[in-house]
Amino acid sequence: MSDHILEMRNITKEFFGVKALDNVNLRVERGEIHAICGENGAGKSTLMKVLSGVYPKGEYTGEIVVEGEVQDFEKIRDSENKGIVIIHQELALIPELSIAENIFLGNENASKGVVDYDTTIKKARGLMDIVGLEEEPKTKIKEIGVGKQQLVEIAKAISKDVKILILDEPTAALNEDDSENLLNLLLEFKKQGITCIIISHKLNEVMAVSDNITIIRDGQSITTMNKEKDQVTENSIIKGMVGRELDNRYPERTPEIGETYFEIENWNVFHPTQEGRQIIHNANFHIKKGEIVGIAGLMGSGRTEFAMSIFGGAYGKHITGTMKKDGIEISAKTIKEAIANGLAYVTEDRKGNGLVLIQDINHNISMANLKKVSKNGVVDEDSEIKVAEDFKNKMRIKSNDVFQTVNNLSGGNQQKVVIAKWMFTDPDILFLDEPTRGIDVGAKYEIYLIIQEMVKQGKSVCIISSELPELLGMCDRIYTMNDGHFTNVIPIAEATQEILMENMTKEVGE
Amino acid sequence: MEAKQNSKNIFNSFKNSFKDFSMYYILAFIVIFFQILTDGILLQPLNVTNLILQNSYILILAIGMLVLIVLGDIDLSVGATAAFVGAMAAILTIKMNVPSPIAIILCLIIGIAIGAFNGFWIAYVNVPAFIATLGTQLLFRGLTIVVLDGRTLSPFPDMIKSIGSGFIPDLLNGDSVHLFSLVIALIIAIAYVVSSLNTRKKKINNEMPVDSFVTFISKIAATILLFAAITFLLAMYEGFPNVLIILAVLLIAYRFITQKMVIGRHIYAIGGNEKAAELSGIETKKIKFLGYMNMGLLAAIAGLVFSARLNAATATAGNGFELDAIAACYIGGASAYGGVGTVIGALIGGLVMGVLNNGMSLMGVGVDWQQSIKGLVLLIAVAFDIYSKSKSK
Repeated sequence: MSDHILEMRNITKEFFGVKALDNVNLRVERGEIHAICGENGAGKSTLMKVLSGVYPKGEYTGEIVVEGEVQDFEKIRDSENKGIVIIHQELALIPELSIAENIFLGNENASKGVVDYDTTIKKARGLMDIVGLEEEPKTKIKEIGVGKQQLVEIAKAISKDVKILILDEPTAALNEDDSENLLNLLLEFKKQGITCIIISHKLNEVMAVSDNITIIRDGQSITTMNKEKDQVTENSIIKGMVGRELDNRYPERTPEIGETYFEIENWNVFHPTQEGRQIIHNANFHIKKGEIVGIAGLMGSGRTEFAMSIFGGAYGKHITGTMKKDGIEISAKTIKEAIANGLAYVTEDRKGNGLVLIQDINHNISMANLKKVSKNGVVDEDSEIKVAEDFKNKMRIKSNDVFQTVNNLSGGNQQKVVIAKWMFTDPDILFLDEPTRGIDVGAKYEIYLIIQEMVKQGKSVCIISSELPELLGMCDRIYTMNDGHFTNVIPIAEATQEILMENMTKEVGE
Repeated sequence: MEAKQNSKNIFNSFKNSFKDFSMYYILAFIVIFFQILTDGILLQPLNVTNLILQNSYILILAIGMLVLIVLGDIDLSVGATAAFVGAMAAILTIKMNVPSPIAIILCLIIGIAIGAFNGFWIAYVNVPAFIATLGTQLLFRGLTIVVLDGRTLSPFPDMIKSIGSGFIPDLLNGDSVHLFSLVIALIIAIAYVVSSLNTRKKKINNEMPVDSFVTFISKIAATILLFAAITFLLAMYEGFPNVLIILAVLLIAYRFITQKMVIGRHIYAIGGNEKAAELSGIETKKIKFLGYMNMGLLAAIAGLVFSARLNAATATAGNGFELDAIAACYIGGASAYGGVGTVIGALIGGLVMGVLNNGMSLMGVGVDWQQSIKGLVLLIAVAFDIYSKSKSK
C-alpha cells in the first residue's frame, strides 16, 4: 500500500465553456519526484494553478486531497499553509532587493512590523547552505545569475516548511552545469522526504530524476508511468504526449544544396557601450543556396551578437567586414536595408524582441512588411487578413481566428507567429536564433518542417541553438563558436556532440 | 431552446459592446444627468455651441497627445507651446501688421519647429519625454512672457478672431435655422452611408466576416440620429462654428491615419513593443520625431484657436492644457504603458470632462467645488471603465 501525500481526483476546469482540464487524476507518493509531461497548452500549468489555490474552490470541480484530507483552497496562502509551494517558470524575485530579503519576502522576520535584519541574514545563510548557494546574503538579486536566482526561489520555498515543492520548467533558463546542480539538489531533497513535482520539457532530465511520470494531453491525464516497473523511454513519453509515434524527432530531408549564396568576410564587431571591447573577431561565414547551417556556441560565445550585427547592425558598433550576396557586395547598415536585401533574423526572445504581445496575430504577422499589403500608405485590411489566415492554416497556428491576441497563445504558437512574420518579408537568408526554445516536441517538429520547406524553395537558413541534438538533426554544416571567434566548421557527416562541444570550448589565441 | 440561445447571444453582444463602449455610456449618462439637473439648459442650442467652442482646443491637443501616448510617450509642453504661438500670432498681426493668412502659416511653422525641438531630444538624444518636455514647457512659458513683455496684446484682426468664435456663413439665408449647415450635414450623412455600404460590400466580396444586416443598419441609424440631433441643435443657433469644422477635419484625418495607414500601424507597434518594432525594420526614432512634430503643429492650431476665442494673447494662456489633454486620452481608454488608445476615445474623454465642467458651471457650482468634484468623477469613471473591461474579458 503506497502512501499518497497528494491526490487530485477528477479535476475539471473550464474557461468560458472550453475544458482546459477534463477529469484529470494525479496521485503523488510521499517523498518521490513526480514529473508531469505534456505539450504546451495541454493543461499542466492550469493543473498546478488549481493545486496551489490560484483558482479557488468553485471555479473547478473535483477533489484535492492532501495527506488524506480534502482541501478547499481559497487562495495561495491556504495551499502554502499545507506546505505546497510552487516555483514558477518566470521567477518572482525583486532584482533590487538582497538575497536574504527575497527569501523572506512576504514572510519577514519581524516583530511589531520592524524587520530584524540580523535574524534575517542568519536564517538566510542557513537556508542558502541547504541549497548550496555560495553568495553573501546581502548581495542583490540582480547581481547573481539565473541559476543562483533559481536557488534563491528554492530557499524561499524551504523557509515556508515545504512538503510538496512544485517546479515549473526549472531548468529552462539554466545552462548545463546549473541544471545538473539543481537536479542533484532535488535528489537531495528526496532523501530528506520532501516531495517534488516537476514540469519539464527536457525529457532527459525527467528520465534522470523522476520516480513516476504523469502525462497530460489535451486536458486529460493519459497515464502515470513508474520508471522502475514500466519500461519508460524518452520515446514512450513522447508518444504519450503527442498521441502518436514520433520515430524521428527531425523530419527526413534530402538536401539539395546549390552555389554559395551569402558570405561574410573579416567581420568585426565591438560592444555597443563598452569602448574597445571586441565581441566578434574576424569572422568568416557563408551559406549556400538550399543549405541549413548551424552555429553551435555556449551562451556568451557571440553567436546571437554575430547574427544581429549582420542584421542591419541590430547589435554592436564599429562593425567592419564585407557582406556578399550572390557574389555581389551588399550593405545592410540599417534593419530596413537588411530586410530589403532579403535578410531576416528570428529572435531568441520572442516575447521581448519578437512580438507585440497586446496585438493580434494578424497585425504581428504583417508588421515587418506592411507595404506589401498597402497602397499609397493605406493598409488594405482585407488582404492583410487573408495573408494572416493563409499563414495560420499553412503553419497550423492554433487559435480561434487571426484576431486573437498573441499574448494568449502558447509558446509554440507564438514562435510560429514570429516565424510567419519573417516569412512574410520573403527573405532569402533567414537566421533563426533558438527557434524551438521552450516549446514542446510536437510544435518543434512542425517548426522543423517549416524550416525544411524554406530551404526546399532555395532559401538559405542558419540555425543558432543551444541544443546540440537539434543542430545535428537539422543542419548540413555546423559552425562552432567560442569567445567571439569561429573555431571550426564541421560537415554534418563528421559531427557528433563530443566534437561540437570540444570545438565550442576550444581556447582561442589572439 | 433556440430562442434561449438567441437571447443569450444578444445579452453577450450587449456585454461585449459594453466593454468596448463603456466610456460612451458614461458620457451619455453624464449628459442626461446634467440635462435633468439643469432643467434642459445643457442641450439648448446656445449651450451646445458653447460646449464645442470651450473645449475645441483641448480636443485638438488631445488628438496629438493620443498619438504620443500610444507611442508610449508624453508631451508636457503643449500648453506652453500654445501660449507661445498665440503670443507670436499677436506680435505678427498686431505689432508687425503681417497679413493674417501669412501670420497663421508662420505660427503653424513655429509650432512644428517647437515639436521638432522636443522630438530631437527625445527620439535622437534619448532624453526621457517627461523631462525633455518639462524643460521645453518652462522654456516656452518663459519665452512667452519675454516676447509679450509681460503684457496682454489685443485685439486680433477679424480673420484670426473668426477662427475661435466665428461660424460658417449661411450662404442659403435660412430664416430661423442655419440652412447651409443643414445642407452640409446632409451631404456628410449621405457620404457616410455610401462609404459604409461600400466597405461592407467590399468585405462581403472578399469573404470577410461582417455584422448582420440588422446590426449594420442599426449602427448607421444610431450614428446618423446622433449626428442629426447635434446638427439641428447647432443650426438653431448660429450654425456650425468654424472650430467645429477644423475639429471634424482633424478627427477624420487622424482617425484614418492611425487606424488605416501604415504609419498608424507603426505607431501602435512601437507603443506595444518598441524593441520588436525596431527589429522589424520600423524606423522608431523617425516616427517618434514625427509624432512630436505633429504634436507641435496641433499645439499651434490649439494656440491660435484659444487666443482667437479670447481675442487676446496673454502670458498665462494654456496653463494646464497639457494635463487636460492627457486626461482626455486616459479617460478615453488609452493605456499608460503605450500601444493602446484611439482618437475617438480621446475625443469622448475630452467631452466627458467638457460636459462635467459646463454642467457644473450651469448649476452654479463654485470653481473650488468644481475642481474637487471633477477629480472625483474622473477617478470613478476611469475605475469603472477598467473594471468593466476586466469583468467581461
